[in-house]
Amino acid sequence: MSASGQARGENGNIKREGTPSATRAPAAPDAPVYGAWAAVRYATLRDLKLALRSRAELGVQLLFYVLVVSLFPLASSPDRVLLATMAPGILWVAALLAALLSLPRLFASDFNDGSLEQFAMSPYPLPALVSGKMLAHWLTTGLPMAVLAPLLALQYGLDSSLVIVLTLSLLIGTPILSLVGGIGAGLTLGARGGGSLLALLVLPLFVPVLIFGAGAADAVRAGLSASANFSLLGAGLLISLVGAPVAAAAAVRIALD
Amino acid sequence: MLEVHDLTARRGHATLFSGVSFQLAAGQALALTGPNGSGKTTLLRILAGLTSPAAGTVRWRGKDVAPFAPCIRQDTLLSAHVPALKDELSAAENLSLQCALTGHRVADYDIRVALDAIGLGTAQRLPAAVLSQGQRRRIGLARLLLVRRPLWLLDEPTTALDVAGMAQLGRLLGDHLESGGVVVATTHQALDIPADRLKSLALA
Repeated sequence: MSASGQARGENGNIKREGTPSATRAPAAPDAPVYGAWAAVRYATLRDLKLALRSRAELGVQLLFYVLVVSLFPLASSPDRVLLATMAPGILWVAALLAALLSLPRLFASDFNDGSLEQFAMSPYPLPALVSGKMLAHWLTTGLPMAVLAPLLALQYGLDSSLVIVLTLSLLIGTPILSLVGGIGAGLTLGARGGGSLLALLVLPLFVPVLIFGAGAADAVRAGLSASANFSLLGAGLLISLVGAPVAAAAAVRIALD
Repeated sequence: MLEVHDLTARRGHATLFSGVSFQLAAGQALALTGPNGSGKTTLLRILAGLTSPAAGTVRWRGKDVAPFAPCIRQDTLLSAHVPALKDELSAAENLSLQCALTGHRVADYDIRVALDAIGLGTAQRLPAAVLSQGQRRRIGLARLLLVRRPLWLLDEPTTALDVAGMAQLGRLLGDHLESGGVVVATTHQALDIPADRLKSLALA
């Protein structure tokens, strides 16, 4: 679809009525189109396939999230009001830490075995390949964590309306963690102690996500609307969607140099 | 097709090489030799556009190659020192992913045929983690067979290959040069390439 559009754009004088294949045919041999969407799709499917092959790692990460969330009610008082007040913050912090646990691996294994070099040598745009990896990271960490949230919120006796808001905030907020975290993962590639350096680098950047994410449920509890929080989270998501893949690709190139 | 003029590379403060110049026409190969640490791999990476040189120019098909320029990425096949295999995936899956990354849609049948041709017949369903170094190298050879690119940049292509593998590599190189391709290879062993097509360059 995009290929035919491009071919038509290049040969503006070609009749509009021509079939896409007819207009594309002359341009195809010397100017193949390496589309961004194909690159995103390739990198996402590749990383999902790899993640499915090493399911244990995925499980460890989700188990970490579940355990951290479950430890707080055990360690603090069983006061229902207190637990319900703390719940959104705890779930968000746990999600953030679990994301941080998995972020170093986003590029590191591909960097070590030379795959990242091949990514950089590919005719596909590197930011698109990188964003595919980030999407796969979210699908394997952020999404399951958001889906698990309603179940975990049961431990805290959270109202169902608050559970919905909390889950929604995680759904909008966790992609930002994968996107912004990806920049950090790219920047710390090849650095000694990359994991802890990555945490220091991206945790401050995660603070606004944490405030608006956890704040959404608090706002609803206080009888206000959470739309401001969702708007800000959505804005953050859009900005990082545009900026993070480019920044992470630049970081990867620096690491490969 | 490939012109390199007065290339200088530095790593930190140390100069790896300076004043390297050569030209390769279609159908010619360059064997890069030199002791360890003389900058062979760095030169390959500069040609691939992965590293920028301290001085000098690289021209491909008459166009200056800037680092990460799409023109060089569309025409180049880089076979690096590490074969870029995922241990979790089988040889066939690895090869299919690598081909797809270069924009070539290769059918499963062709993947199987290429791996058979390269002598990985029975091992192609095994995860790459259990393959030997030589077998991992052969997957790289199969990629050379499947992905058509005019410029091959090969880093130590002979490493870990047995006699049959070397012969296979020689045939691949021969066919590629015959069809007008260009090869730059770092090597410690003699490459099986006709002398009239082979240039060599020793880095000090």
